[in-house]
Parts: sequence; structure tokens; C-alpha cells
Amino acid sequence: MVDILQLLASGFAIAFQPQNLMLIIAGCALGLFIGAMPGLGSVNGVAILLPLTFLVPPTGAVIFLAAIYYGAMYGGAISSIMLGIPGASTAVATTFDGRPLAKQGLADKALTAAAAASFVGGTVSVVLFTFFAPPLAHVALVFGAPEEFALMMLAFATFIGLGGDDIYKTIFSICIGLVLSAVGLDIISGEPRLILGGIIGFMHGINFLVLAIGVYGIGEMLWTIEENRKAGGQPMMSKATVTVQRTMANLKEMLGTWKTTVMGSILGFFVGILPAAGATPGSLMAYGIARQISKDPDKFGKGALEGVTAPESANNAASTGSMLPMLTLGIPGSPTTAILLGGMVIWGLEPGPRLFVDHQEFVWGLIASLYAANLFALLLNIGFIPMIIWVLKLPFTILAPLIFVLCLIGGYAPTQDLFDVWLMLIFGIFGYLLRKLNYPMAPAVLAIVLGPLAEPALRQSLLISSGSFAIFFNRPYAGPIMVTAIILLLLPAVKMARRIIWKG
Amino acid sequence: MSVRVAELAMAILMGVFSLYLMYESAELPIGWIPEEGPGGGAWPFWLSVMMLLSCVGIIVNWVRRKGVVAVFEEPYIERGILIEVGLVALSLIVTVGLFSLIGVYGALPLFLLFYLRFLGNHSWKLSGLFAVLIPIVTFFFFEITLKITLPKGFTEPLFYPLYRIFL
Repeated sequence: MVDILQLLASGFAIAFQPQNLMLIIAGCALGLFIGAMPGLGSVNGVAILLPLTFLVPPTGAVIFLAAIYYGAMYGGAISSIMLGIPGASTAVATTFDGRPLAKQGLADKALTAAAAASFVGGTVSVVLFTFFAPPLAHVALVFGAPEEFALMMLAFATFIGLGGDDIYKTIFSICIGLVLSAVGLDIISGEPRLILGGIIGFMHGINFLVLAIGVYGIGEMLWTIEENRKAGGQPMMSKATVTVQRTMANLKEMLGTWKTTVMGSILGFFVGILPAAGATPGSLMAYGIARQISKDPDKFGKGALEGVTAPESANNAASTGSMLPMLTLGIPGSPTTAILLGGMVIWGLEPGPRLFVDHQEFVWGLIASLYAANLFALLLNIGFIPMIIWVLKLPFTILAPLIFVLCLIGGYAPTQDLFDVWLMLIFGIFGYLLRKLNYPMAPAVLAIVLGPLAEPALRQSLLISSGSFAIFFNRPYAGPIMVTAIILLLLPAVKMARRIIWKG
Repeated sequence: MSVRVAELAMAILMGVFSLYLMYESAELPIGWIPEEGPGGGAWPFWLSVMMLLSCVGIIVNWVRRKGVVAVFEEPYIERGILIEVGLVALSLIVTVGLFSLIGVYGALPLFLLFYLRFLGNHSWKLSGLFAVLIPIVTFFFFEITLKITLPKGFTEPLFYPLYRIFL
């Protein structure tokens, strides 16, 4: 306990270094903007902007990207409330009651409540994180290759067992991500592998950023162009009257919903830990529960303040939650943290429990920066609401070409090979076409990041056991993890069987 | 093409792609090598098999008309959207194609001008401003600060004086 506080204090010393502090503030501001723009969420922002962070040392880079992640969770609410369009999928539930409030002329109330609830959600979850992470990392220190592989299986199994998408398409998405990560040189024999007819560009493998920027940059923009066209024209923007007096009154009213907010925070944190769940389902669940425990459930959907605070606290908490497995186990809890994890590998920070031992200053600097990012996101959010609303009026046709330029250059930067830019375009266009047919994209991105770690873990395990898969079941940690993964994998089959029996 | 037809076409295309990946992986040993463990091709091979199986599953669902996409008879890409998204995709492909020919600093202004002026219907003034400004920012950020040399095609010699000043 005392240890943790000491480490946290040392973390603050790192987070408050002038450069890192500036990165936190810049990240929050950018994140707010990215979250607020319909069509762009934290995952897009982190994927597209990651190549820019080569400018600063790794700790600063991760701090900056985490601040974007945070800011985007705050920002998503703004367009949900002002335009009635979720700024990011994580803010869908915020439209349910945020939009009615705005239509009643109470946009400022909804915005303030959203910001304050995000702050509570972020803070509660970072505190939980601070005390959960070190013991978890400590336990994970004894993990060997079989445990690592079992954990990755568990991560993928959550997509199949808990994800709402078509199971076959989810499996396809996971497998294609893993296969793409296997392109290049075989890690053990060093022989070229899957270079598709001897194309030299495949020899160095496929960088995860090529897929991430392709899917979440190019593909996402094409998708948004389509959505904008379908929606037709600019949506109606609500008016927000922001004065200090009104803000204070709003905050006071928001205090009355503290139970809902705390519920959302805790729920969001734990849902966020699961790779397949994360901020979007977390916020929807929090909304559902808030409605159930409310004394006046009929108010929901018509402008209930709890309907704003529950999902907003939950999505911020979930973003912190998804960092817990990323930092302690090396398993990302969301697509955004998958990209962060991939970034850490580029920067030479081997993900996993050893981080807490070998890179203490990095881990605690990052954790402390989350506390700080929360505070700055709140201040920026409340202080700059009018400016963010102005930015929301920026036509998409100005923003889109700028993002495309960032994608093209960002896709070139990591490997400096034009071949990768072509590949990124192909991934973007196919990603868009596949997404139109409901193929989930997140599992593929998670898989291409985890693939280079999963394969050696599997091969080493099998080498230890001379080819017996029993090694994944007869070890004290790997066993239960693997069994859980298998139960999750079988869940859809069990559901189907039940349906058939029930029908027949 | 309706969404239903597109679903089948995509599943077949991806299935064929999986087969090709299986063939490619099998160039390395896919079985057990004594003392060495699984062969280098095993991991991608068996994953490609799973890809193929999931494509078969998608096709089975398609035949049984199961799932939202498999029964959706609306057009896969409406005409208007096809033109708009297609133009954007095409302009990106042309831009990357031009990277190796006239370089990033030749291609980016053209792309920005095309997008802003013709797809976005913004004024010549604004489009021109961005077409000049963005490449300059790109140059200073990527080439000078990050020291990442972007492709320049035949325009390379034009940059020698700039390199001498800034690098």
C-alpha cells in the first residue's frame, strides 16, 4: 500500500515534467476534438497519430496517446448532445437523454453533467487501476509461454463468446489478423514465409500500423463519407448557453446523481477489462442499469440527467479498465489499447508483467498521467465548450483530406517503404467493403498486434511439452485460463443448442 | 449488386484467398519436426484452414438465409455512394501512384486541390491555401524534425538546397 503510493508519487514527478505535462494537455485537447468529430473515435485518433509520436521518447509518446484516449471519451459526448450524432460509438448511449436535454434548451446542463461524470468515471477507475494493477502484475510475473498463450486465447475467446457479431465473421477476422502477422520471416527458422509469390515488400512483415491505419484511418473515412451522404446535409446544432453561474448550478444538480455515476464508473472499469467488451457496451449497460435502479424510469429517454451521467462515467472508466490487462498482462482490453501495445513494442517496451519491474518509471509515469489527463480533460472540456462547438461546424470535406494526408504519410513513416502505403490502401478499401457486410474489424487489429507474441508462445509451449497440448491444461494458472477460454468459445454453440431444444 | 449477393461473393473471394494462404504456408513444413517443434508453416497454415472453414460457415448461413446481411436485398453500394466513395478511393490510389513519380510534394498538393475544390466544393482560395500549407507543414514535421525522408521521385534534386539549410 505504502509502496504503491510511493511509486505513484514518483510517477507524478515524471508526469509533471514540463514536456510530459504539455503532451498531456495537447493529447487531451486533440482527443476532445477527435472524440467530438462524428466518425472519429479514440481508436482512429490513436492509430492515425501514432506515427507522429516518434518525435518524443516512448514514455512521452504513450502518455500523449493515452491522453488522446481519455480526451476522446470526454469529447464523444459533445456531438451526442449538440448534434444528436454520437461523436464516437462509445457515446451512443449519451444521445438517448443528452439529445432530449439539448432540445429542451438545456444543452449546457447535459454537457456539464457529461464532463463531470466522465471525470468521476475516470478518477474512480484510475484509483481502482492503481491498486489492482501491481498485484495482478506480480501474479503474472511467474507466467511462462503456456500462460501467455492461454491468456491470448482468452482474449480472442471473449470476442467469440461475448461479442455480438456473426461468429464466423469474428473467427475469420481473428484468423486473418493472425495470418497477416505471420507474414515475413519465420521467427524460429528464419526462412521467408507467406511472401505471396516472392514479393520483396512482404519480407519485412506487415507492420500492425499498416493494418490499423488502413482500417481505422482510410476505411473509417470512406465509411464516414458514406454515412454523411446517407444522412444528407448538416444536422441541426443545438444552442448552449454557458455561464459560470449556470455551470455551478448544473454541477450542483449533477451531484444528486452520484449513485448512478459511481455505479457507472465501477461497472465501466470491469467491463472495460474484457477485450471484446469495452467502452461501448459498458456505457450501454450502465445506461440500462441506471434506468432499472431509477425511482422514475419513465423519465429516461426524455432528458434524465442520470441517462447522461451513467454512460459517460462508464465509458471513461472502461478506457482505463482496458489498460489494466494491457499493462499488466500484455493483452489489450480494447482496439485502442491494442494499437498502444503495438506502439510499445515498436518503442522497445516489452509488454507484460515485466514492465512493472523493468520499466517502473514508464508504468507509474503513465498511471500518474492518467490522473492528470482526467483533470485537464475536465478543465479543457468545461472551459472550451464554445470552441469545441465551433470546431464541430468545420465541414467534413476539409477535415477528410487532411486525415487522408496524415494516413498516407503515417503509413509510410514506420517502415519508410512505399509498398506499405499500397498495402494500407488495400486494407482500407477491403476493410470498408468487409465492414459493410458486418465483418468486425477490432478482432483483426487485436490479432495482428498479438500474433507475433502468440506464435512463439505456442511454439515454445509445445516444444517444452514435446507436442502435447496438455501443457495448457495441467499448469496452475494456464489451466483455469484455458478452460475459461474454451467455455467462452463454446458459449455460442451452447446458446444455439438451447435454441434448437427450446424450439423442438 | 444486392447486399445478399455481395455477401456470397465476398465469402467466396475470402475462401479462395484462404486456400491461397494455405498453399503459401505449406511451402514451409506444417507438421511436427522432431526436436524442433511445429514447423514454420504450421501456424499460418492451420489458421488459414480456420479462415476457410469460417468462409464455409458464412456460405452455409447464406444458403439458409440466416443473419441480417444474408437476407438483405438492398443494393450493396448505392450509385451515388459508389461514385463518391469510388472517387475518393481512386484519388488516393492515384496520389500514392504519383508518390514515386513526382514525389510527395508533387502529389499532395494535387490531391488536396482535387479533394477540396472538386469533391468538397470549397473556394479556389481556400483549396490553394491548404494545397500549399499542408505540404510545407509535412516537410518540416516529417523530414526536418523526425528525419523521415519521404519519396520525391524526380523532384529529389530540387530538395538538395533545402537539405543543406535544415539538415
